[in-house]
Amino acid sequence: MRIESRRRWAIAWLTGPAYLWLAVTIFLPLSAMLYFSFQKKGPFGRHASEFSLKHYEAFFTKGYLQDLMWRSLEMGFHVTLLCILIGFPAAYWLARRIRGRWREALFLLIVLPFWSNALVRIFSWTIVLRPDGVLDRAVHLVIPGLPTIDLTDSYAAIIIGLVHSYLPYMILTCFLSLQAIDESLLEAARSLGARSWTILARIILPLAVPGLAAGSILIFVPVIGSFFEPRLLGGPKGTVIGTVIEEQFTVVSNWPLGGALSFILLAIVLLILAAASPVLKKHMSTT
Amino acid sequence: MNQARWMVLASEGAGRLWLFLVLLFLYLPILVLAVMGLNDSVHYTLPFTFTTRWYEDLAGNERLLQASVNSVAVALANTLIATTLGTMAALAFARYRFRGRTALQLLLFPPITIPWLIIGTSMLVLFFWTGIGRGLHAMLLGHVALSLPYVIIVVGARLASIGPELGEAAASLGATPFQSLVRVQLPVMAPGIVAAALFAFAVSFDQFVISYFLAPPGVSVLPVEIFSAIRKGFTPEVNAISTIMIVVSMTALLLFARLSKFGGER
Repeated sequence: MRIESRRRWAIAWLTGPAYLWLAVTIFLPLSAMLYFSFQKKGPFGRHASEFSLKHYEAFFTKGYLQDLMWRSLEMGFHVTLLCILIGFPAAYWLARRIRGRWREALFLLIVLPFWSNALVRIFSWTIVLRPDGVLDRAVHLVIPGLPTIDLTDSYAAIIIGLVHSYLPYMILTCFLSLQAIDESLLEAARSLGARSWTILARIILPLAVPGLAAGSILIFVPVIGSFFEPRLLGGPKGTVIGTVIEEQFTVVSNWPLGGALSFILLAIVLLILAAASPVLKKHMSTT
Repeated sequence: MNQARWMVLASEGAGRLWLFLVLLFLYLPILVLAVMGLNDSVHYTLPFTFTTRWYEDLAGNERLLQASVNSVAVALANTLIATTLGTMAALAFARYRFRGRTALQLLLFPPITIPWLIIGTSMLVLFFWTGIGRGLHAMLLGHVALSLPYVIIVVGARLASIGPELGEAAASLGATPFQSLVRVQLPVMAPGIVAAALFAFAVSFDQFVISYFLAPPGVSVLPVEIFSAIRKGFTPEVNAISTIMIVVSMTALLLFARLSKFGGER
């Protein structure tokens, strides 16, 4: 009995501080935001709290908010797809074809930029993509006589910057699932006469689904919530739902609307995750 | 036979070329950024003329210096708090099986997966509402929250690879729980703890979104200062300070990599 109560105290003392901190700084704020999204006004000045659905209604009645949400989802889709197309082959080569120290070194090189400041990396693209910037000059070196390439303030610039920011996630998650594939499985397929294309489509890709799915979620969710990347690389064309949410807090001080839009965004994320979960579960349980 | 060998060689070449292009894509902008910080032209024009004047200008830029001091101070405090609290929680998860353990571990995912935009604005709402307010203390509150899950996961991974046997051996040899913790377990956990600390430092030092919403006018940290410089029109001075930031956080990650799973011992 005494041991049991000592055990409980130990658990409480060890986990208490960390979770108290998380409660105060993550879960309480999210609750406060949820509360205010159902209020008529934000916490400015003295006025009685008044329940209101008008900020949620705003989303469903104002077409431009829906358009921006759609634009963000589209952006998330494009970035995720490009990360798969670029990242999967790279992860495959790294995981299955390169061995030893080289593999470790290359892997580290790929994840390293991830931990340099995201803002700084977006900033670096504004310098690369500007007219007469590095890209412009490089292209003209190869093909002289082309008109000036100016990607400043364009959708393409936003996509390039975001793919650059999130590509390491896809390579990392695909690498982990590809690395785990048993070589003898592939040898068995080969000895039974399977072509390399068949092996890729029927064995490797299905076994890599958990990695692809994890990478996609890790990329899609932050991309649809991004705001400074579209703002810096897209300029006036970079308005997405993320920048609108940001403006509710930094410019127009309409916190309840910002909160309502945030929770609609979270709800959409959860719906997408729920829709994807049968696929995920099926593949997770087989591996 | 010959054709088959050619196919293998071609695909080998294509795979390596692809990896090379991916690395080029990842590093090219960072290299351009660093090089332009050493170029004399304010308008980032070539030809390249070497200068260190942007770095010298940094030394006289009070705002950036103050922001750097703030950044380092917040990151160090964050490292200390997050590593301590996170290690404690990781110890509890490794040592005890208790009701609610899985639930507590699942609670680590929202801070990692919910977009920072939403977490940052929520913090702004609560801190303003309760009178905690904005400022370095508010940023510290936020950074620790973001670092904790990573610390718990990194230290937890180390503890899982050690297993409970060492602690049991120490106990059976008559060590008190405290002796066992300080003399046996903490030394073995040390690489994991140091790795987690470096990770926590990088999380805070690189954090922009949370700091952006919690920075009152006049008080800022490096990323916030860089953001406002980019929006107001910038000079290669921003490249110089950005390069320094990248070097600092990449060094932290390289040390982290040595200490965690990439190291020689496994």
